[in-house]
Amino acid sequence: MLDIKDLSASAGDREILRGITLSVKAGEVHAIMGPNGSGKSTLAQVLAGHPAYTVTGGSVTYQGMDLLAMAPEARAQAGLFMAFQYPVEIPGVSNAYFLRAAYNEIRKARGEPELDPMEFLDHMEGKLPMLGMDPEMLQRSVNAGFSGGEKKRNEILQMAVLEPRLAILDETDSGLDIDALRIVAHGVTTLRRPDNATIVVTHYQRLLNHIIPDFVHVLSAGRIVRSGGKELALELEAKGYDWLEAPAAAGATA
Amino acid sequence: MTATSRYLEQFAAFAANGGGTAPAWLRDVRRAAIARFETLGFPTPKDEDWHFTSAAPIADAPFKPLHGAADGSRVSAAVLAPYRFDATWPTLVFVNGRYQSRLSDLSRADAGLRVLELSRAWRETPELLEKHLTRIASYDDRSFTALNTAFLHDGALVHVAAGMSPASPVHLVFVADDAAADGVVHLRNLIVVDRGASASVVESYIGLGAARYLTNGVTEAHLADGATLRHVKVQRESVRAFHVHTLEAAQGRDSHLQSFSFASGAALSRTNIYTLLDGAGCGATLNGLYMVDGEQHVDHQTSIVHAQPNCFSRELYKGILDDASHGVFNGKVFVRPEAQKTDGKQTNANLLLSEHARVDTKPQLEIFADDVKCTHGATVGRLDQAALFYLQSRGIGVELARRLLTYAFAADVLETIELAPVRESLEALSLARFAGTGV
Repeated sequence: MLDIKDLSASAGDREILRGITLSVKAGEVHAIMGPNGSGKSTLAQVLAGHPAYTVTGGSVTYQGMDLLAMAPEARAQAGLFMAFQYPVEIPGVSNAYFLRAAYNEIRKARGEPELDPMEFLDHMEGKLPMLGMDPEMLQRSVNAGFSGGEKKRNEILQMAVLEPRLAILDETDSGLDIDALRIVAHGVTTLRRPDNATIVVTHYQRLLNHIIPDFVHVLSAGRIVRSGGKELALELEAKGYDWLEAPAAAGATA
Repeated sequence: MTATSRYLEQFAAFAANGGGTAPAWLRDVRRAAIARFETLGFPTPKDEDWHFTSAAPIADAPFKPLHGAADGSRVSAAVLAPYRFDATWPTLVFVNGRYQSRLSDLSRADAGLRVLELSRAWRETPELLEKHLTRIASYDDRSFTALNTAFLHDGALVHVAAGMSPASPVHLVFVADDAAADGVVHLRNLIVVDRGASASVVESYIGLGAARYLTNGVTEAHLADGATLRHVKVQRESVRAFHVHTLEAAQGRDSHLQSFSFASGAALSRTNIYTLLDGAGCGATLNGLYMVDGEQHVDHQTSIVHAQPNCFSRELYKGILDDASHGVFNGKVFVRPEAQKTDGKQTNANLLLSEHARVDTKPQLEIFADDVKCTHGATVGRLDQAALFYLQSRGIGVELARRLLTYAFAADVLETIELAPVRESLEALSLARFAGTGV
């Protein structure tokens, strides 16, 4: 589904990703872990097409397409979704309208008929109980005045409504208490299907107690320094990241 | 011929015709006003209030009074239907400055409400006119008001009797069609809200074609003690037109003026909203939205004079400027020494959609009392790039995302319009311009 080859990217003059290679197949859950500043959020943002980053080398193929050549909206229309670490507040646009506009834009791009507001409301309201969300939140402006937990739940609601093929969760667990974390993780797990894939970017292991990854990759200084199964996350939890720094250079090309 | 002498000549002809059916006191006022205009001339950039808006294009154009073909007979009710917010509201229609009884609808008149054209009001309520008309809008330093007063002839009178709250808003519709080309219309409206009464008045200025003409309007409002006036002006003049309009209000004790100014039309428009808070405990809420593009120029000047204690004023003006358009906002708040406990807040926020758009915003607070709370803030910004990316990342194309955010910028000020049909219509208008349909 996703093939990242030797991807490098920078923000301004600062090189952040220094040759990432990663392959994600349908049905898989990959966790990307790493200390602050390792580039894990940058990887998520580059995949979503954030204009603040410049790709300086490598390639990304998504479902046979050159992902890096696609506009952010085209990536979303092709089924890619990133849950933001810091969801943006948009006063004046209701959640319901925002979601319907997004949903219909995606359908339109796929040559499918748009849903009218009533049909869409049914589709959307069906997703609320899973996230313990009040229908009233649909009428509020997008993320405006939402608590941290509400914003993250709203991200997963969007994911549930838009039904992506590839979901990238960028530190969705940051700022969540354990109850909110469970709700969010439950939502993500419920949405898992054999034909979609998930990339979970996280600093801490605790989210991975709830979203069980098939693979764990550790990023350090813009490179993947170690890959393994879910037990790697537990090892990191126990030992921290420091023990990885030394063999990083040697293991980078592995 | 100079700009001033052109209007002096027009005045001579107007006065010789008797200037319509006017009582002696009004003829005196008109003469005083034209004399004042002769002294003042048109504003120049040296006038502080015209620093960012040049009146030269108006002064230089040889606008003339409208006759004959401009009688409005070519405008049909069907053409105006889209501009009626609610077909049941009492409505007075003027085309090219002339009252049109066939297009107006006064069949529903709530108790306590009088709506009539000035030419009839001279006969039916001369005392009311003599008491208020020309008494509120000062022309000492204001050229356009002086000119309007000199040519004062037609317009609307809205009167709500003491203690009454008519259910229906009143709609005053001022239309210009292509027959208005090169013409000038001086409209004068008077709104009198008696003690403890409330009224809603919507004034629409509509250009049906692409003619160049000048609308020079003045609306005077008298709010007696405890009165409420909700006033909305919708300015959708032709894109080549000039529009100068002043709403000037005098407010009694515990009265409340809620004004909203919407401006999307005209090549050059200037809206003045002046109110005198002349009774303890009264207040004014002045809100507005201007959205222009091309080379349009839109200017709002507000002046709130706090003359008595315990009064409040609230202002929220938003502007959206695209292409090479130019917006101006000047908000004056004067707090006189006796106006203790004044509570004033003013906000002007502008969104520039193009590198070439420009806005000049100038809050002006002059406070002579010591126990007051007055704040002001002005912002000029561009679309939020983080929000833009957020929308794009959900599959919304960049163009729709831009329009959606632009609409969202305007939404909170439009929400302050209490008259639902007007609010919904202006929301739809902004949406159609910025976001397709149906937020």
